[in-house]
Amino acid sequence: MNPLLKLCALIDDINTRFGTLANWAIILSCFISCGNAVIRFGFSISSNAWLEIQWYLFALCVMLGASVVLRLNEHVRVDIFYGQISTRAKVCVDIFGLVVFLLPVMGLMAYLALPQFLKMFANNEMSSNAGGLIRWPAMLLLPLGFFLVFLQGLSETIKRIAWLRGEFEMNLVYERPLQ
Amino acid sequence: MTVEQFAPLMFLGLILVMLIGFPVAFSLGALGLFCGFFAIHMGWFPANFLGNLPLNVFGILSNELLLAIPFFTLMGAILEKCGLAEDMLDSMGQLFGPVRGGLGYSVIIVGFILGAITGTVAGQVIAMAMISLPVMMRYGYDMRYATGVLAASGTITQLVPPSLVLVVMADQLGQSVGDMYKGAWGPSILQIILFALYTFILSRLRPHMMPGVPPEARTLHGWSLWAKCLRGIIPSAILIFAVLGSMGGLPGIDTAVATPTEAGAMGAVGAFILAAIHRRLSWDLVKEAMGGTMRITAMVVFILIGSRVFSLVFQGVDGGKWIEHMLSNLPGGQVGFLIVVNIFIFFLAFFLDFFEIAFIILPMLGPVAAKMGIDQIWFGVLLCVNMQTSFMHPPFGFALFYLRGISDSLFKSGAITQKVESRDIYLGAIPWVILQLLLVVIVIFVPETVTSFLDKPPVVDLNNVQIEAPTDDLNLNNEAPDMNELFGNKPEPAAKP
Repeated sequence: MNPLLKLCALIDDINTRFGTLANWAIILSCFISCGNAVIRFGFSISSNAWLEIQWYLFALCVMLGASVVLRLNEHVRVDIFYGQISTRAKVCVDIFGLVVFLLPVMGLMAYLALPQFLKMFANNEMSSNAGGLIRWPAMLLLPLGFFLVFLQGLSETIKRIAWLRGEFEMNLVYERPLQ
Repeated sequence: MTVEQFAPLMFLGLILVMLIGFPVAFSLGALGLFCGFFAIHMGWFPANFLGNLPLNVFGILSNELLLAIPFFTLMGAILEKCGLAEDMLDSMGQLFGPVRGGLGYSVIIVGFILGAITGTVAGQVIAMAMISLPVMMRYGYDMRYATGVLAASGTITQLVPPSLVLVVMADQLGQSVGDMYKGAWGPSILQIILFALYTFILSRLRPHMMPGVPPEARTLHGWSLWAKCLRGIIPSAILIFAVLGSMGGLPGIDTAVATPTEAGAMGAVGAFILAAIHRRLSWDLVKEAMGGTMRITAMVVFILIGSRVFSLVFQGVDGGKWIEHMLSNLPGGQVGFLIVVNIFIFFLAFFLDFFEIAFIILPMLGPVAAKMGIDQIWFGVLLCVNMQTSFMHPPFGFALFYLRGISDSLFKSGAITQKVESRDIYLGAIPWVILQLLLVVIVIFVPETVTSFLDKPPVVDLNNVQIEAPTDDLNLNNEAPDMNELFGNKPEPAAKP
């Protein structure tokens, strides 16, 4: 097997693991949020730390889940033309989009977010809410998540090029995500 | 090139880039960044514009309101698999069946109830078509009516609270989700009345299209039939009223004990409990629901991130003013504006999905509507009604697409004896699209359909509006935008006590 395709398999595997983490984050966040409401209503106690953990988990779900969505080809497209063209043409559109749109944007966002994270980490910045959480774990998700989507974009590009050369079989059907 | 020329170019670029067919989240972001670089190069933006982008993304992620998206999705994903649709359609179908068009009424009513508890059009169309299409075919219902009523009743889920799109709209328009939900009840109820009325009229004019089911076909009678109906409806109704009531999303309730996010979380936990009561709670169900929820959430929020990058740049080059200038000089004032916007959205809905319209187009139109003194809730709900047609437009409509898939597999499995042609699905959808447009017209000319369900009386709204928005300074306002406000971090939502 081509070493590049091995790299793809590795990237896919890493992102799948992060994706599982993202899956669980939502359920966890949901139970925490429900618990917060019940405890506030029942005992009139509320904690900003527990309120903030909800959206930390939400951020985790979004930033670490996006690469799985990319692998499964579920990011929503305008398929008025895309839906009509041949599979080969679709793959060409995908490669163009991955190289021209996705990789630069995700790379740049990761690059821009990293110093922001480092700054927060160095200053040990805290939430402005009383009893809130430290900020850097949430900010870390940005460079990490964008970088993971960048990696996944790389993997998708390689896989599609390999497909064009007949070296790789993959499911290229696009179905609009459930709404 | 001047800044004034740049905004229209960006808008043109937006259309081109989306038509390519690459996922919009990334192509929008790329277009926004590219234009941002260009604007910095031309000296229109400060150079630290790019450095602030991550803080904007951080602002989106820390927006507590958006947490309602995964929670309501999770709730819907679990309830969808609880067999509620099957139970309700079966019992309601038997209850109304003997009436002419009765199966149609049962689909409409169940569609409305399911709309309140589940979240996805696809899931709803599939669940309802699986049960009702074979029954309707067996008793000689007209194919076009059957497919049309299924697609339209599945689509209503996007309008009936707690709909995800209303959450996003509330966020984009800066309104409370509770108010948005309250406002959406009127049009949703009106819509099912319109659907039922159409069915009634058709059943009188063309009785052969929807014959009554012979009474022998009933397997349940009397009390046991009613019991089954109620068993399907009552638990879900309690859950939904508890969820919406606690967040102040029902007309008449103005004290919210929970935030929309917490209400969503409680709804999802309630859904787990309901699934356990129905003995459908399994490990596979949880895994499937959790995966689906994660994917929808990540997909939706990434579109938001992409469109935020785009709209920051677009607003920075005064794109907002350009659109305002085009739209605020229309004849007919508010009504003229609304009519043009709705025609625009209707045609856009042929090409774009619900989400794309809500995220990309709405931020452009919202501020203009606000300046014209249009009630933002009314505006949001109105567009939501209109955007439903995006599911119903032949040939790309999402609901039709799923109906096509499910009817093919029903035919292959032998559940229906006659193949459903695409032509029938497309032609069958047209009357329902017209009904939805009729509702748009009603909501435009009778704003009370939305506003009377809100807490404040509409009369006060109109008075405030005239004072707040003198129309003559709309276009004279040439102040430079406040760069800090445009590019700075979005203020964090205030911590709750």
